[in-house]
Amino acid sequence: MSDPDQHAGESRRARAPNPVVRGLAVFGHFWWDFLVGDTPELFVATLVVIGLAVVLHRQRVVSILVLLAAVLIVLGLSIWRGRKRLK
Amino acid sequence: MTSSLILALAVFGASAVEMVEALTIVLAAGVSRGWRSALEGAAVAVGVLTVLVAAVGVPLIHFVPLDLLRVVIGGLLLVLGLNWLRKAILRASGHKAMHDEDEIYRKTVSSLTESGKAGSTRDGVGFVVAFKGVFLEGLEVVMIVLTLGSSSRHLALAAVSAAAAVVIVGIIGVVVGRQLTEVPENAMKMAVGIMLTSFGVFWVGEGAGLAWPGSDLFLLALIALFAATAATAIRLMRSVLPSGVA
Repeated sequence: MSDPDQHAGESRRARAPNPVVRGLAVFGHFWWDFLVGDTPELFVATLVVIGLAVVLHRQRVVSILVLLAAVLIVLGLSIWRGRKRLK
Repeated sequence: MTSSLILALAVFGASAVEMVEALTIVLAAGVSRGWRSALEGAAVAVGVLTVLVAAVGVPLIHFVPLDLLRVVIGGLLLVLGLNWLRKAILRASGHKAMHDEDEIYRKTVSSLTESGKAGSTRDGVGFVVAFKGVFLEGLEVVMIVLTLGSSSRHLALAAVSAAAAVVIVGIIGVVVGRQLTEVPENAMKMAVGIMLTSFGVFWVGEGAGLAWPGSDLFLLALIALFAATAATAIRLMRSVLPSGVA
């Protein structure tokens, strides 16, 4: 008969990630929290703003207006999303 | 010159805000577990963070093309700045609870006291709690020092501004004891959020090849725009606060 405790211990050891994987997971988690967290709209908007800046940089006035409008609109939407609502 | 001054102010403000949060934890660890271990934990964390700035910042400045650096770092600052600004506006308008340093202090002291009495010399728990508090709060400061410092080629100025904030808030913390609720943390966070967002937009544009009117001076226009936006947003959000909610 095999010992169930011994089995459970071996299975836990087999499932436990090695230090490198754990380190990568912590690193990834830090960046995910830092960049995305609970406001993914701000992260996506930043990528859009970068794309717009690269595409429109030769049209000076248009690009300035579009960049600022994009940032202000997404900030407004994100604040609105975070408002307190009646329960 | 203008951008250097704004950079120094932004780094100083961000470091001061994070330092207030870290100081709360160090004070709680010091009072409940002994000052020696708490101060050692905080000092080691500051040392590790300093090494991190030097180890990552110097290669960034020397080996990454400036335009690429500015786009990537502008993007990071934009994400961070918009997040700080959003949170500060929601707090100022009553849609989010204010950060309560006294509450954090009480909770930390209570959990540290429950986990046993500290020895007369060194205490591992006090060291680890102080280290973790300073290191985790300081990581955001490191990010700001690295991003602002490397994209403007003013890493030393950014590092000195952060160090000045650490020293000044540390001294104030020692003088006022644990009355950290007196610090206008949300207003500071709002000001830093405005500056980081302005730098973010400015450097994303510069890195992409956009020539801002008036060059560095346009930063002031961006700061004025985001400050006006924040003031308007606070007023609007207060008006939609559900009745009965403080």
